[in-house]
Amino acid sequence: MPKKVENVGCPYCGVCCDDLVVTVSDDGKQIIEVENACAIGNQIFHHATGGERVKLPRLRQPDGTYKDISYDEAVDYAAKVLYNAKKPLIYGFGSTNCEGMAAAAKVAEKAGAVLDNCASICHGSSFLAIFDNGYPSCTLGETKNRADVVLYWGANPAHAHPRHMSRYSIFPRGFFTGKGQKSRKIIVIDPRHTDTAQVADIYLQVRQGHDYELFDAFRAVVRGHEIPEEVAGIKREQILEVANIMKKARFGTIFYGMGLCHSDGRNHNVDIAISLTRDLNDYTKWTIMAMRGHYNITGPGAVWSWQYGFPYCLDLTKKDIAHMNPGETSSVDLAMRDEVDAFINIGTDAGAHFPIEAVKHLRKHPWITIDPNICMASEISDLHIPVGIVGVEVPGIVYRMDNVPIQYRKVIDPPEGVISDEELFERIHKRLCELEAEGAAKAEIKAAPAGVRAEE
Amino acid sequence: MANRITLNMITQRSIEEGVAMEKGKTTPEYFEACSIIEMHDDDVKALGLVPNQLVRVTSECGSVVVKAVKGRQSLYPGLAFIPQGVWANQIVPPRTQATGEPQYSGFPVTVEPVNGERRKSALELVQGAVGLWRGDQ
Ligand code: SF4
Repeated sequence: MPKKVENVGCPYCGVCCDDLVVTVSDDGKQIIEVENACAIGNQIFHHATGGERVKLPRLRQPDGTYKDISYDEAVDYAAKVLYNAKKPLIYGFGSTNCEGMAAAAKVAEKAGAVLDNCASICHGSSFLAIFDNGYPSCTLGETKNRADVVLYWGANPAHAHPRHMSRYSIFPRGFFTGKGQKSRKIIVIDPRHTDTAQVADIYLQVRQGHDYELFDAFRAVVRGHEIPEEVAGIKREQILEVANIMKKARFGTIFYGMGLCHSDGRNHNVDIAISLTRDLNDYTKWTIMAMRGHYNITGPGAVWSWQYGFPYCLDLTKKDIAHMNPGETSSVDLAMRDEVDAFINIGTDAGAHFPIEAVKHLRKHPWITIDPNICMASEISDLHIPVGIVGVEVPGIVYRMDNVPIQYRKVIDPPEGVISDEELFERIHKRLCELEAEGAAKAEIKAAPAGVRAEE
Repeated sequence: MANRITLNMITQRSIEEGVAMEKGKTTPEYFEACSIIEMHDDDVKALGLVPNQLVRVTSECGSVVVKAVKGRQSLYPGLAFIPQGVWANQIVPPRTQATGEPQYSGFPVTVEPVNGERRKSALELVQGAVGLWRGDQ
């Protein structure tokens, strides 16, 4: 009899839907059906058992091809790369569990590495603004139960967080919002008339890169000042209308996304969004939330802040002293300045998602990819180490976009022999300790293990 | 009709990219989802493009050939969109305004029609950039 597993969490986006029902075959090896997930969530589960999986680590050979090696050999290779590098960079973590993040941090500290996560190219600007200006936020449950006005600014959940609107913001009937969509006003502000804008009551087409001015105009109006005829492409009447709706709300939430963080102004755009939220709290209750992308990209911020006091861009090259300085210790900046001499890509795909110029710089040095699947990073690595898929084959804790921790479960076993991120990093850590002890005993000459460099 | 126009480029996630990415970045689905550009009709007209024509998009740091398609999500004249992914990142400037975050949205590009060129695959672009591309195996 196929088995139904309930309350399964989805390992894709920051909405962290934990209401999936997954039907698994008799032998526990195949995923037959996935209920409640969106198109992307569905794909993740079906892909796990549907296609060809890499089951052994693969090491790049001098002719450019890959050769299968054992996990022991892969652990040894990774540990030697880290041991021999002056300033290795360990980056990614959007798609793994908190247990794996903590184990990786142990490795980073031992190796004297820079430890960074995808926030570095995503919501890092939000951290900077939050440090400066606070974070008057809430949980998604509060938005669902209380919000009568929801504003999406530079965020397109219809594409990036497909069930965000149906689970938490626009459509659900909450405790004080029993009429669902009918009891809510939805405002969308974006330079593109997105699919999210389609469901909005009010849509403002802000000029790309001019969000700061529009926030400023809203703040001016909320505080009773005059504004010009038009700001950032939006007419004064529309700004007055939306400001009035915001002031009269019983409870409002601003959900913002990459439109603010990826455009000119970066953290300053988020900073003024927070200031507007604070201003509105003179009149009524308003909250703000970053639309975190990956299902556990909030995780490393929580785990490493607890371990080291900083959420990302952690420089641990002095080992027992941590410092963080985005612009200096951020992955893309480090890459562009050629300041790192080894790269571990884990739970992300820097090969596809970094600007190609940064990829080229990083590839001058040893590059190791830790990922369940074939991706761009795995296809340009010296070493690809496959691991189990968190949320499908490996259980663990993840943090939802509103900082709520959720215990994810596994529904099937990983392919035979394939280990978890956590176990892998624990084994690399152990090997690093051995190398350190051997090195101290023999004062061995350091030499990087052979691989294929970009310039070769 | 201009041979080349300058537009303001944004690159963000699309659901087609999300679904295809989970299927695999070497699949035809990922290729079709990401190697495209969307523009306003006025700009398409200004370039004299026919539907699905290939164009070369060039930024301060690189260039890429993509297919000009009509998107569901409309832009205003002067604004262009390539979905987040391998093709977009051939032209995304790595400058970060000292925050760590590259200029994924809001950078100038030129767009021009091309003839006799093709869209490269994701692997060809990424492996090619680092000297590992060995041709279609
Ligand atoms: S909305 Fe996000 S978490 Fe929910 S099923 Fe879709 S991809 Fe998964």
